[in-house]
Amino acid sequence: MIPIVEFDDVSKVFFKGTVPIQALGRLNLSVREGELLAVVGPSGCGKSTLLNMTAGLMKPGTGAIRYKGQAISGANTQVAYVTQKDNLLPWRSVEQNIRLPLEMGPHKRLSEAEKRERVARYIAMVGLKGFEKHYPKELSGGMRKRAQLARSLVYEPDTLLMDEPFGALDAQLKLMLQAELLKTWEGSGKTLIFVTHDLTEAISLADRVIVMSGRPGRIIAIADIRLPRPRDVFHIRFQPEFGDYFEELWAALKQDLASGEAAT
Amino acid sequence: MTIVTDPHPIGADQALDADPAIALRRRENRLVLILQILFAVVSLGLWEWGSGRWFSGFWVSSPSEIVTTLWTMTADGRMVSAVSATVGVALAGFASGTVLGMGLGILLGLNPVVARVLDPYLVGLYSLPRVALVPLFVLWLGIGFEMKVAFTALLVFFPIFMNTLSGIRSVDADLIDVIKVMGASRWNAVAKVFVPSALSWVFAGLRISAPFALIGAVVAEMFSSNRGLGYLISLSASQFDTAGLFATLVVTTMLGLLLDASVVLIGRRLLHWQ
Ligand SMILES: Nc1ncnc2c1ncn2[C@@H]1O[C@H](COP(=O)(O)OP(=O)(O)OP(=O)(O)O)[C@@H](O)[C@H]1O
Ligand SMILES: [Mg+2]
Repeated sequence: MIPIVEFDDVSKVFFKGTVPIQALGRLNLSVREGELLAVVGPSGCGKSTLLNMTAGLMKPGTGAIRYKGQAISGANTQVAYVTQKDNLLPWRSVEQNIRLPLEMGPHKRLSEAEKRERVARYIAMVGLKGFEKHYPKELSGGMRKRAQLARSLVYEPDTLLMDEPFGALDAQLKLMLQAELLKTWEGSGKTLIFVTHDLTEAISLADRVIVMSGRPGRIIAIADIRLPRPRDVFHIRFQPEFGDYFEELWAALKQDLASGEAAT
Repeated sequence: MTIVTDPHPIGADQALDADPAIALRRRENRLVLILQILFAVVSLGLWEWGSGRWFSGFWVSSPSEIVTTLWTMTADGRMVSAVSATVGVALAGFASGTVLGMGLGILLGLNPVVARVLDPYLVGLYSLPRVALVPLFVLWLGIGFEMKVAFTALLVFFPIFMNTLSGIRSVDADLIDVIKVMGASRWNAVAKVFVPSALSWVFAGLRISAPFALIGAVVAEMFSSNRGLGYLISLSASQFDTAGLFATLVVTTMLGLLLDASVVLIGRRLLHWQ
């Protein structure tokens, strides 16, 4: 089977003024179709850059990226991207925000009835029923994340990219949303690339976890997480295998956390 | 594990009412209102009483005389036609200034290079006291409606333009990336994100920009006109009719307050999502 996303010896240099910063260094990665891949690594190691490239918003410096075997040119409209920042449109209600993708591109051609049905279905799926007419200002942080997730799902892309979606939320809410995300994803057949700082979150959710080094970002550990599905995020961390995965990945992450701090 | 429930639940409003801070605030509000009325009564009384006694009525008129003049000017239709002329100029000027300001704001907001090219000229125009342009406008457009609308539009233009520019520039680059991935064209981004964002800033700045419409109309009428509140002001002054002058100022002030109140009301409707 060809990988859905393929990074082939990718590196990327940015300039901070005149100083070059090597963000990614010769990275190789194949994302399998239908898997939930979690990416962890120290701050500034190029995780967001990785997603930006997959979304076609940035070109690789050297090397190549392929999506379903094809080189990516321009924005990759087969994926949905939930970025690190909160960015609902403040003047649109929840319902209107979630409808946004259906008002442009190829989705515009859907019938009005189909659009309405989809918006309602995804609002229900992320648990925002009853809040359709609310504006982003009137929602809590967790609800805004749910609305963003629904906005990404509503046009039914093959692949979902999520950049630290639950980073700013408190611990309980984070668990709730992780559980909901798994419920939505498990059995959907979609590929999900999930960037996080939180190793526990990564192991709880993912089929595969990759650990990146500090700048220049490379992959320093990969683990297949063979915990059974469907998973219960509230209790999975107490399973003995969980601890083994954690130890193994933490050992890799730890050595680079120190050097990552020193580098920044 | 034990679960504790509150043995004396009270309603939230009950708790609020009992708080002495509320009664205190109410008393303060009442006191402020009483003092405001008192201030008006005392100053008007002093004016009425002092007029012709401490200072010459010729220069300051008096409240009772102003009220009488206001009444005759209203009864003979002069005030009504002046108000409608001024409001007409203000509305037309506001509309054209808004269209121009938003148009140029969007253009410059979306094209940083054009913005850089035009920047020094806009700064120059902004620093020029705009009243100085009235004679030029008169040369070009005469002293009719068009000239007054053009001057009003010029005053309204800048605040609207600035708001539009801020609205365009405040759009998060992240958001534009996300909608590109959703399949948005450049035009989609403009129509769905940039323009609404600019509009929301323009609406939010309406209370600053709308008064310029009235200022523009009145100033233009003072310079060259045979109609409107501005014309009445300069006419009364040239005839040493202080009562007429004050009466017109009273009406202009009330028009300004009315304008502000309607802008607040409209703004609240347009920005209900904030
Ligand atoms: N557009 C850009 N221009 C210049 N430098 C950039 C740009 N994007 C990223 N960088 C730099 O590249 C490096 C990697 O950035 P990236 O955002 O991918 O890191 P990250 O792993 O997502 O970090 P975090 O966990 O803090 O979000 C950082 O040093 C960042 O400053
Ligand atoms: Mg990041």
